[in-house]
Amino acid sequence: MAYSGVTVSARSRGMVRESRHLLFTVAPGATWIIVFLVLPSAYLMGVAFMSNGTYGLPEMPLSLESFRRLAGFGFLGWSPGNLYTLFRSLWQTLVATGLVVIVAYPIAYYITTCREKWRPIMLLLVVVPSWTNQVIRTFGWMNLLAPGTPLSSLAEGLGFISPNMGLYPSNFAVTLGLVYNFLPFMVLPLYAAFEKLDTAQVEAAQDLYASPVRAFWHAVFPQTLPGLLAGTVLVAIPAFGMYVIPELLGGGKGMMLGNLVATQFAGGANWPLGAAGAILMLIATFIGLYAMRRIGKRLGGGEEVVI
Amino acid sequence: MSDSFTADVTESVDAPPVVDTDEPRRQASSIEMQGLHKRFGADTVALDGVDLTIEAGEFFTLLGPSGCGKTTLLRILAGLEDADAGELSIGGRTITEVPPHQRSVNTVFQSYALFPHLSVRDNLAFGLKMRGLPAAERDARVARIAEFIKLGDLVDRRVEQLSGGQRQRIALARALVNEPDVLLLDEPLSALDAGLRSQLQVELLRVQKRLGMTFVFVTHDQQEAMVMSDRIAVLNGGIIQQVGPPRDVYERPVNAFVARFMGHDNLFAITARQGNRLTTTLGELQAESPGAGDLLLIRPETLDLLAGDVTGVNHLPARVTERLYRGSHAEYCLAIGDTTLQATLNNRGRHLPEVGDRVTVVVAPEDLVTLSE
Repeated sequence: MAYSGVTVSARSRGMVRESRHLLFTVAPGATWIIVFLVLPSAYLMGVAFMSNGTYGLPEMPLSLESFRRLAGFGFLGWSPGNLYTLFRSLWQTLVATGLVVIVAYPIAYYITTCREKWRPIMLLLVVVPSWTNQVIRTFGWMNLLAPGTPLSSLAEGLGFISPNMGLYPSNFAVTLGLVYNFLPFMVLPLYAAFEKLDTAQVEAAQDLYASPVRAFWHAVFPQTLPGLLAGTVLVAIPAFGMYVIPELLGGGKGMMLGNLVATQFAGGANWPLGAAGAILMLIATFIGLYAMRRIGKRLGGGEEVVI
Repeated sequence: MSDSFTADVTESVDAPPVVDTDEPRRQASSIEMQGLHKRFGADTVALDGVDLTIEAGEFFTLLGPSGCGKTTLLRILAGLEDADAGELSIGGRTITEVPPHQRSVNTVFQSYALFPHLSVRDNLAFGLKMRGLPAAERDARVARIAEFIKLGDLVDRRVEQLSGGQRQRIALARALVNEPDVLLLDEPLSALDAGLRSQLQVELLRVQKRLGMTFVFVTHDQQEAMVMSDRIAVLNGGIIQQVGPPRDVYERPVNAFVARFMGHDNLFAITARQGNRLTTTLGELQAESPGAGDLLLIRPETLDLLAGDVTGVNHLPARVTERLYRGSHAEYCLAIGDTTLQATLNNRGRHLPEVGDRVTVVVAPEDLVTLSE
């Protein structure tokens, strides 16, 4: 009996030690999240429901004025400008993500068909550009797409753009910039999905009366779906909130929600309006994530596709 | 899942001709191969002129070491690989140019190649669905095959929940459910442990006999080939070395390669011959009706050992250098002059000579086989 008493007290002492240990390991991260994520988010929420004061800073009393402004109601009546920005953001995100999928899918597949020793190098080539600062890369595109550059002259010659317009600034330049920027985020998860795939399964599908096209749709594509969904989340969410690329390549015409929010804060114009815009982005993102989960569940045969 | 499954009923444009399915089982099909050649790259010859006829309803085995071309031949039958030259017909119909999805041939892959994103049921129904069979018919046939292979309670599982033996069965059922003219099996048992393996060998044989389907089986295991096959083709270097029933291939190998591959080590050079008298590195031996060839094969199990020195026809004095006692039998290494001879004695409870004993090896003239290198 005495013996068991000893073990019990030892165990409870161990548990105390363990929970203290847990506290030490969790505390730094938790503090970080609370100070830099939870508190600012809460503050942002608060600001969105306050009035716009002098120099654009938030003031009491609480009001829904920012959301009215966001919806387009201003001093001069209703204008669709902000809604355009919202839809342009959604549209740009959709188009860019779609194009990224179309470009990344064959790249990822191609890398898996390479010899094993070349694969890390190929992947490195995909990733290396993102080691350079995003702003610098985007400036690079400005130089490539500006009026008079070979690419612009070519587009002019083919009749895609009017003379001396240049490919930049334009919505096209923004899309291109987004696709270029987010490509690695799609290639990597897709590559991971392709690599797990046993090529014998493609042969099995063909052996079981599937034409090459149907073998792809029924045997290959469903298995790359988790990678595709993960890539879509990694691309679409940051693209939706993108600030640098539309700012530099859109030339004021291609403004996205991220630019709207940034102007309200940086320009000192209207903090509550900027905060309301940020909340709108957050809501749109959550809706998007939820939709992806639903799609993943349905296509994954009821199996949870982890995003 | 059913959503994605129903989505493509319309896309049957490129579906293969659907075989009549309500008919019980059609006649099994024979396979005809003529002058099949295949090389990979510049200097890897996989098949170097294969002529082979496989009878309808036969359990036929392609046996050989890795790289002998047996898997390539199987893949050509499946349509997964194109021959560089030669003709292939199944059931009298030339299919050399027919793509895999239009051949009435199904394969059990070495890695099983089950679809991990589908349930067992959907795996089994895959071929039927691709051929455009209505859902009710698919369900009925899947249920029938599941019962036949005795995996009824597994059909709603996911593939990753299955053991190796269960996966093997599902892979077999997934191919069989289509009632193909020919079933191809690419080392289907090689991933299983010994016990399960012999159990599934028996089961596979039972399935083949009951369905009367033509099975083409690839293996590198000569024991497995002998247990399973009606006939065996031994391949080496892309060339068929010998075709025949297991007993022929084992007891009358045509050359040294086949003999060694079937597990024979007792091969001795014939240095001279006078009628039925052969002079070999073992000494003078009397054969019954020796064929051509300058090698003599003596199977260990045809030898008898007598204690001490006994003289007579085909009696050779020897010394026991090694004995492996295996319970049912014992394996001996014997020294005759400078050469080593292996012998196997059944343990019938009689005296088993010990290491160091002087013995006399006796071999019957009809058990001597001559063959060429």
